[in-house]
Amino acid sequence: MELNGSQMVIEALRRENVSVVFGYPGGAIMNVYDEVYKQNHFEHILTRHEQAAIHAADGYARCSGKVGVAFVTSGPGFTNAVTGIATAYMDSIPMVVISGQVPISMIGTDAFQEIDAVGISRPCVKHNYLVKDIKDLPRILKEAFYIARSGRPGPVHVDLPKDISAQIGKFEYPESITMQTYKPTYKGNVRQIKKAIDAIAESKRPVLYIGGGAISSGASESIQEFARITGIPAVETLMARGVMGDDNPLNFKMLGMHGSYAANMSMSEADLMISFGPRFDDRVTGKLSEFAKHAQIIHVDIDPSSIGKIVSVDFPIVGDLKNVVEAMIPLAKEKINPEKYKSWRDLLNRYNEIHPLKYEDSDTVLKPQWVIQRVGQTLGDKAFITTDVGQHQMWAAQFYPFSFPRQWVTSGGLGTMGFGLPAAMGVKRAFPDKISINFTGDGSIMMNIQELMTAVEFDMPVINIILNNQYLGMVRQWQTFFYDKRYSSTDINMQPDFVKLAESFGGVGYRVKTKEEFDKALKDAIESKKVALIDVNIDRLENVLPMVPAGGTLYNMMLEYKE
Amino acid sequence: MKTERKVLSVVVLNEDGVLSRISGLFAGRGYNIDTLTVAPVPNTNLSRLSIVTSGNTRVLEQIVKQLHKLIPTYKVIESNQFVEKEMALIKIPLNEDFNGLDAMLKAYNGTVANSGDDFIVIMVADDANRIENFLKAVKKYNPIDIVRSGSVAMDI
Repeated sequence: MELNGSQMVIEALRRENVSVVFGYPGGAIMNVYDEVYKQNHFEHILTRHEQAAIHAADGYARCSGKVGVAFVTSGPGFTNAVTGIATAYMDSIPMVVISGQVPISMIGTDAFQEIDAVGISRPCVKHNYLVKDIKDLPRILKEAFYIARSGRPGPVHVDLPKDISAQIGKFEYPESITMQTYKPTYKGNVRQIKKAIDAIAESKRPVLYIGGGAISSGASESIQEFARITGIPAVETLMARGVMGDDNPLNFKMLGMHGSYAANMSMSEADLMISFGPRFDDRVTGKLSEFAKHAQIIHVDIDPSSIGKIVSVDFPIVGDLKNVVEAMIPLAKEKINPEKYKSWRDLLNRYNEIHPLKYEDSDTVLKPQWVIQRVGQTLGDKAFITTDVGQHQMWAAQFYPFSFPRQWVTSGGLGTMGFGLPAAMGVKRAFPDKISINFTGDGSIMMNIQELMTAVEFDMPVINIILNNQYLGMVRQWQTFFYDKRYSSTDINMQPDFVKLAESFGGVGYRVKTKEEFDKALKDAIESKKVALIDVNIDRLENVLPMVPAGGTLYNMMLEYKE
Repeated sequence: MKTERKVLSVVVLNEDGVLSRISGLFAGRGYNIDTLTVAPVPNTNLSRLSIVTSGNTRVLEQIVKQLHKLIPTYKVIESNQFVEKEMALIKIPLNEDFNGLDAMLKAYNGTVANSGDDFIVIMVADDANRIENFLKAVKKYNPIDIVRSGSVAMDI
């Protein structure tokens, strides 16, 4: 089949079963957009900023497990996309980004809207390509999708010069693919797995430390089964919320800087840490020399470079997490008695009773934690939860009752403000019948506010709940704790009228100061099936607690803040 | 942890930008490159890089893993058994007294590579630390310029 480069892109997307592309056109990618116009295999959603196109594709990928796809043009189109690509890279999200580039003959001449895109994306993609010959394009597109979704997933960037997207060539799209140099390991080493099981059988205080790998490998059910058989308590990283389900009595929920007391103490007192796809982020470990000091470490990860990167590991197992846990289950049934860990579980439950996640409710002002709990009670598993970055993100991770993997969509590694709204649009596109809630802050929402227009135009009724404290709240909290309350550039009480703003975009807006008003606004927003902004005035000085200050130790949490 | 020197031989697909992936990896993650040489592997689509690096045990382990992780990396050889050779070119003014130079060149696999009206260029090829020694010894001839190739390595 003879096709031009742009038709090849369309045809490759069709064969990869891509049903939606987020993007923004421009000079260097117009050839591709011309073919987008002529086809009807996928929907193209025009965002109002390239960064949002990438976040939307990212949100789509996170909640569905499919590869997100985005188109941008060269130069500023591409540089705008970089934050989105880096966000996906840090959280290992499968994505293919196709950018236009100036024609090959003009590369290197500082042409209009030229930038060395592959040079810029190299450190924040799993792999990238500059297409220099039409002959290579079908193979590159096939490899891009394969690399994005296999092994440890990640974004792949294809930079497509304008002359290549017009050239005609032979299109042979390989059905399957093997690459000479890229062969991820899926099956765990049997001997290592046996050793790990023996170590678990010998341990007295083991804990499952579950990370984002559990989501990307689809290992949730297997891990729940493993926990049930062995009776071993579990903790989740920010990225792994939803893996165990919050009604699971073995789930001691989030650990780390704003983790629960029980979760952090479990790490500090464990004699064996069974790590299922985490990456020992500094926000999780705190001071490394004190982190899980008494524990031997089993680490299962599909990425060998993740193992031993931060801490020394006693039992490394390279492989797909689901695969490995499934291989562990029959051995665990044989060798591990869940009764053995009863006193250990009892201890952690005691910790939970002594220091549960808590807040002081008020009659005079809304507390952000109440708002999140209220949405949880009202919507539970009917909603997908997206967030921006900051205090609201931590409160949502702490107080929303998660019940299934991929329900929770948040920018963990890069911590990208502005992620929430576009990501929630991606969620709504992937699951039109579910409710897409975006918990956001008054700082974050302004970083991609223009996407209200996209959400309205393409009928993606996202409900944005702004936990508005008129501060850049997380930075303000650090200033309170560590900078003698010098609130340098964090007071943002100068704000738009969010109700009018929502209305001006064609959405609905609510200003909320009481519980009754909130209940009414949420109900109304859901029934309206419109893009909604609920501006919730919350206690300005509420802090996220507990807290392990950066570089502090997990067993030494700040449980409350007293003046 | 102690800093050690390590020689790596890395075989990669010989494609556009592969060197920037490798050097960018070292720069981005704060690893050292002491020397680096690259050339195609004959009759294949591959290139071989010889990299001399240094770091503590964990860093060196990460360097190997991160190199493996790059998509175009075919293999990373980290044997302790390398034949490792480096070449140096040294330009010496002709007005020097060359007493003893011949014997030195013999001792270090050296030869006179070229000469001009007022200089000669000598070359030596040897282990990196022997090159180091040679360069110290050759100082007495007041070299005008010294160019080192960096190590090439072959596992045995």
